[in-house]
Amino acid sequence: MTETLTYSQAYREGLVEEMTENEAIFVMGTDIFLRGGHFAQVLGLGEKFGVERIRDVPISEAAMVAAGVGAALQGMRPIVDLNFLDFSFGCMDELCNQAAKIHYMFDIPVPLVVRATNGVAYGGAQHNNVIDSWFAEMPGLNVAVPSTPRDVKGLIKSSLRLDDPVLFLMDKSLTGARGEVGGPADLIPFGRADVVRAGRDMTLVSYGASVRLCHRAADILDERDISAEIIDLRTLYPLDLETVCASVRKTGRAVIVDESAGYGGVSAELAASIQRSSFNYLDAPIGRVHAAHSPVPQSPPLIKAMMPSGQTIVDEVCLLMESS
Amino acid sequence: MLESEASGETSAPSSLADEVSSDRLLDWLDGMLVIRHFESESVRLSLAGKIPGGIHSSEGQEAVAVGTVGALQDQDVASGTHRSHHHALAKGLSPRSVMAELYGKATGLSEGRGGSMHLVDASRRFLGSNGIVGAGLGLAMGAALGMKLQSQDLVAVGFFGDGGANTGRVWESINLAALWKLPLIAVCENNLYAVETHIADSMAGTSIADRATGFGLPAETVDGQDIAAVHDAVRRARERAVDGGGPTFLEMRTYRYEGHNVGDVQNYRQLAEVEDWRAHRDPITRLRQHLERGGVLLPGGYDAAVERARQEVADAIAFAEASEWPETADVMKSWPQQALSVVSA
Repeated sequence: MTETLTYSQAYREGLVEEMTENEAIFVMGTDIFLRGGHFAQVLGLGEKFGVERIRDVPISEAAMVAAGVGAALQGMRPIVDLNFLDFSFGCMDELCNQAAKIHYMFDIPVPLVVRATNGVAYGGAQHNNVIDSWFAEMPGLNVAVPSTPRDVKGLIKSSLRLDDPVLFLMDKSLTGARGEVGGPADLIPFGRADVVRAGRDMTLVSYGASVRLCHRAADILDERDISAEIIDLRTLYPLDLETVCASVRKTGRAVIVDESAGYGGVSAELAASIQRSSFNYLDAPIGRVHAAHSPVPQSPPLIKAMMPSGQTIVDEVCLLMESS
Repeated sequence: MLESEASGETSAPSSLADEVSSDRLLDWLDGMLVIRHFESESVRLSLAGKIPGGIHSSEGQEAVAVGTVGALQDQDVASGTHRSHHHALAKGLSPRSVMAELYGKATGLSEGRGGSMHLVDASRRFLGSNGIVGAGLGLAMGAALGMKLQSQDLVAVGFFGDGGANTGRVWESINLAALWKLPLIAVCENNLYAVETHIADSMAGTSIADRATGFGLPAETVDGQDIAAVHDAVRRARERAVDGGGPTFLEMRTYRYEGHNVGDVQNYRQLAEVEDWRAHRDPITRLRQHLERGGVLLPGGYDAAVERARQEVADAIAFAEASEWPETADVMKSWPQQALSVVSA
């Protein structure tokens, strides 16, 4: 049996391969040298690469991203690890007004990777913001949202070879998920979605942890003789509309699934793009399944009640199938 | 240090004569005069509608920029603020390319994609003026980190103002630079006003430099209208940085003669205050007097220098006027990745 890695280990393996090849790469983040990060994402790399390249920083998000941008301008290839994407609120200017715009304004590339976790887990309202689409909307930023160990490794390797800033968003709830990964030469390009399950009647478009929900839903739908195709976007910017629309033109229906609070965002962007390009192929309105428009609560039953699930996807799909 | 006419203050004997040749002092005078005329013309052109979006004039603050850059090596980095024409020109960006960028012409530094608050020239190692208060310091701090990791004997200078000294990001950067002993020189241009708010109404504590001492790095208050004092402070800071001694914080007391932006109605300060700074502490006048007293600047020499500056700025304006607008088809030029395909219907 082929060896499998966890989602976190896959990140680490991709990093080790790239850091070994390219001495300009270094990591800045809180609690990374000894602890290896809050998700063990760089566990053991401190010993391997030393304190200069696995660099602990104080809890100063603005300074660490500024340090990353400035070092990138000086020819380095920094990774800033924010641990939680929620902490990006403390460095929004550095991400969106500096990193994102410098290549455009100054004609100097900024090869900066900012890693953070995305998605909803326990910990309450301030550690579970789903704001991936904010960054995808910002001209100048690329956004990766891998859902499997293979994609994590392939996309972090690509990220470390791009000349422009990347938000590398790993889903908290997938930290321990296992899977096979590619070898040192297996890069996954930005802007290429993956058709992870072929189907006939319905296209489910998703990313991150929600891809698993789509698989769950597709299994249930199979029993009802409804065949769902699942597309994992893998990157939110660039967004692979071509793959999405090709699928929708085949199935005639689309439901977009994510953990966002459901106002604007990736699903709205996709719905608009799909209807504009493929209106004549649609047999039903485009559906959206997302979380409630609410902060994330502490209580597990409350979280469950507000989040999408396999069943809520099935319900939306069945509603749309009936309407067509 | 140069003798000041303000309340007859005279600093300790200057090492200027030993450190800086007469030719360089004359270059500094030229440099400050070009900035002064560039700024007064920029204000005029902005009010005339030639420069879209206005500008923040650095008139009065020339010595901070010219004296600081005069103590740097060519490969040292500087990054600026929203009020940064003087930094850019001092760092060697040509008046032509800066003026054309202010106009938004194709011959500008960034071919019209930047503007007054986003002036850049990587070849001159100027990492940009910056529209966000305090942000330029962060970029310089990051560049200093890169220099340290690359074992280069270079320094980065980050300019910011008294307004920036009230932002969190400035102190995050100072802390990190001090913690990591980065080759950073943090230059706070305290011109007393953050837009329209006087520092007495915005700053708790005794001085900005005093705040910095709490971070454990050397912090000095410098007469920013004395180019010799500016140069000396930066020279020492640079030596300390390349010797591995880490960053230095320099609060330079200076003054802007114009308002925050062009056309401001200045109800927030007395005209007499502006006139006092112009009459008694002007950095150009002080250097001129020093040079004339020492016989370095001969009779007629100053007027000739003023005329050279006028001509250089006039040439820059003529260049900007004659330049073409950017091709609108190039609006996405040098832009990273495009949104993948818009799928055609």
